Amino acid sequence: MSETTAHAQTQTVHAQAHTGQQHPIRLYLFVWGLLFVLSAFSYMVDYLGLQGYVRWTLILVFMMLKAGLIVAVFMHMAWERLALVYAILLPPVLVLVFVALMVSEADYTIFTRLAFFGATP
Amino acid sequence: MTRIIQTHGEPGLRSAGLRGVAADFASDQRAFKTASWGKAMMWIFLLSDTFVFGCFLIAYMTARMSTPVAWPNPSEVFALHIGGQDVPLILIAIMTFVLISSSGTMAMAVNFGYRRDRGKTAALMLLTALLGATFVGMQAFEWTKLITEGVRPWENPWGAAQFGSTFFMITGFHGTHVTIGVIFLFIVARKVWRGDFDEERRGFFTSRRGQYEAVEIMGLYWHFVDLVWVFIFAFFYLW
Repeated sequence: MSETTAHAQTQTVHAQAHTGQQHPIRLYLFVWGLLFVLSAFSYMVDYLGLQGYVRWTLILVFMMLKAGLIVAVFMHMAWERLALVYAILLPPVLVLVFVALMVSEADYTIFTRLAFFGATP
Repeated sequence: MTRIIQTHGEPGLRSAGLRGVAADFASDQRAFKTASWGKAMMWIFLLSDTFVFGCFLIAYMTARMSTPVAWPNPSEVFALHIGGQDVPLILIAIMTFVLISSSGTMAMAVNFGYRRDRGKTAALMLLTALLGATFVGMQAFEWTKLITEGVRPWENPWGAAQFGSTFFMITGFHGTHVTIGVIFLFIVARKVWRGDFDEERRGFFTSRRGQYEAVEIMGLYWHFVDLVWVFIFAFFYLW
């Protein structure tokens, strides 16, 4: 009894693996092209010498779009089960807390350096 | 919320959406119902790698924000002298395009793998490996150029000393990942070409049956290397 169940399961697993994550080639080519265009845009941000908040906004927007496309389509995250998506994507988001901690720490470090050693080291 | 989906290896029906997440995590069975162990383990490895690269980038951010000395301008440091003028970041831009192209060919290799097209899968994986090797070659060129210009982990001619250490650490660790990826691409491409996944030949290390899913797992690693480069490109070269 348990043997037949196990056998049936292996069969389904095989069937799933053979058809699993098959998407039209056209979709991959489209995303590939999009990544090219987005990379060209982020290069242009530097080439045109944009500065300040415009530069930062554009860099971060293009970065997140590229990262999103790679994870969602190339790494098939868009088609994975929600439990896996949350298990993988939530922890890196929490790293932002670490970033915030280190930003305040860096501000404090440079403050003490400037206060006690003067502007030049 | 109560949409029900059928998953493999499971005769009953399981909830989708948040209800499904709760059911999966509360489950006494596998949590990632549709992902095999191989795929889930690669994802968990990549998550740990995310933390490693995250720590490097945060350390670099902290160093850059807390130094009273001016940080070298990456746009000028990584410029190449072409046709009588300096083109900013041109080598890095080409490296980015090479790596993105390798990601494209890898994604298509995974697709042809599931279609059981041995020839195309192996050819696309070899192309991916060649693009990856090109990337590493260009990185070696970049390192050589900077080392000749006097960049060291403890000093550089343009300003803050931490520039060298963070540069070699971050790009070096990424380059190591690409190199390991190229080696594994050759190994998996050989397995595909030899038909290991068609006849489910057992692997030399784990002695598990070979499946075309190995190509997808290899792809996850490769796309991750490309993904990390997206962040390095934004934070190290464009900042």
